Amino acid sequence: MSFDVAKIRQDFPILNETIHGRPLVYLDNAASTQKPKAVLDTLRHVYEHDYANVHRGVHTLSQRATDLFEGAREKVRTFINARKIEEIIFVRGTTEAINLVAQSYGRSKLQAGDEILITTMEHHSNIVPWQIVCQQTGAVLKVAPINLAGEVLMEEFEGLLNERTKLVSVVHMSNALGTINPVQRIVELAHARGIPVMLDGAQAIPHMIVDVQALDCDFYAFSGHKLCGPTGIGVLYGKEALLKAMPPWQGGGDMIRMVTFAKTEYNTLPYKFEAGTPAIAETIGLGAAVDYLQAIGMDNIAAYEQQLLHYATQKALEIPTLKIIGTASDKGAILGFTLHHIHPHDIGTLLDQLGVAVRAGHHCAMPVMDFFGVPATARASFSFYNTHEEVDVLIDGIKQLIEVFG
Amino acid sequence: MFDEIRDLYQEVVFDHNRNPRNFRVMEDATRKIDGFNPLCGDRITLYVKVKDNVIEDVSFQGSGCAISTASASLMTEIVRGHTEEETHGLFELFHNIVTGEDQRTNFDELGKLAVLAGVRAYPARVKCATLAWHSLEAALKEEAETVSTE
Repeated sequence: MSFDVAKIRQDFPILNETIHGRPLVYLDNAASTQKPKAVLDTLRHVYEHDYANVHRGVHTLSQRATDLFEGAREKVRTFINARKIEEIIFVRGTTEAINLVAQSYGRSKLQAGDEILITTMEHHSNIVPWQIVCQQTGAVLKVAPINLAGEVLMEEFEGLLNERTKLVSVVHMSNALGTINPVQRIVELAHARGIPVMLDGAQAIPHMIVDVQALDCDFYAFSGHKLCGPTGIGVLYGKEALLKAMPPWQGGGDMIRMVTFAKTEYNTLPYKFEAGTPAIAETIGLGAAVDYLQAIGMDNIAAYEQQLLHYATQKALEIPTLKIIGTASDKGAILGFTLHHIHPHDIGTLLDQLGVAVRAGHHCAMPVMDFFGVPATARASFSFYNTHEEVDVLIDGIKQLIEVFG
Repeated sequence: MFDEIRDLYQEVVFDHNRNPRNFRVMEDATRKIDGFNPLCGDRITLYVKVKDNVIEDVSFQGSGCAISTASASLMTEIVRGHTEEETHGLFELFHNIVTGEDQRTNFDELGKLAVLAGVRAYPARVKCATLAWHSLEAALKEEAETVSTE
């Protein structure tokens, strides 16, 4: 196999940790990924050699920091194949990106009776910002249903599109179910009716090639920390024409061109949406993460993770009392499951004793839990630095805890 | 393999999880309250019958992990027949022990609840063990709203 996971693991210092005396098996990558040395070294290097505020000073260090900061923007642009750097807005994360679109685009466009269309499988961060803007404007939130495999019912989805629909906002890959939505088709259907589409890419972007021009989506949001980058930095991609027409969201420094007490002239894109001092080192760190991932190749990562998921799924199916939640035909490397009579919280604590980190809970997707009639699930989510041996540790741990619970 | 964790998952805990005591709706409850742990989605509905300042009966319904179910079950057994003040005192003692504020190593005062003392080594699970108790405290104070562990 061309994919050398042993070599890749050496890039991640934290993978040498032991938990309760056992090697860490980190399977909570959908919550956040670990950081490679390339990113850690970059953060340290920035603070030791290149750090000053950006877009301000005439002094050398400020210029150096600005060049690195803007260099990261160009790296991100290439990574998602956006047309222009003006279309790359740095935000804190996916949540802030969606709130930005809701409050800037949504609030200025929506009127009472207008509709926003989402799906049942959304993360709370792609539900609540829309509920807030609906309260503010009198718009109505519509929800496209899913089937028991965790797939959007496309006929129902299409049926919900109408002349009142002003925006569609859909998750690219579900954090609770692993479902990869047919976003290209969703965009086609919406665009055929002149409706813009926002994609929540928080989970999708670490696992596949994302090309925003090929997708033709109008907005795409993701977080750096799920992409081997630092926390506190994320990206909102938006088509230039839409971003240009949108009012600023937050006011402050950097987002203005000229301020008097009578009138303020806003800065151009992307700075119009970047009020205040940004997360400078984190942004540069995100650039390093993107470089790191591109060197491995997102297509290689996707192929390897699909093997891991297939292996884990086959092994999980051998356990009679285990039920997989999320069985879409197009799925990313997430294994959500429940065990008969054993609560996910207990699964999480017991697996932790074996060094295995999984998430237990509602995954900030309570409507999904309601749909499947469970209070919570356990979730093993994989990254390209996980191994087949780690899957074996997980499966063996599940079998043991079933025995302990009797 | 799971030796160390036996402090948390004692046989009594498994027993109360499998067969929770007083797991029923109480038609003649004088107070009823919903408890919720937003972190994990555990839900409890607690029914309390208080007469002349004494807890005559407690029962519960809901869904949660082994720790929260066993804790609720044990609580319904232990507080029956106690006054509201005694119950409040027991809540404080239990709460302080599982959160580690009270570092004692002798748990005799806890009686049956001592099996849950091991929770103090698992900070992530303290809320599981205290959900029922927070709900009971609120019920005794007659707080009408849903109780949250947050």
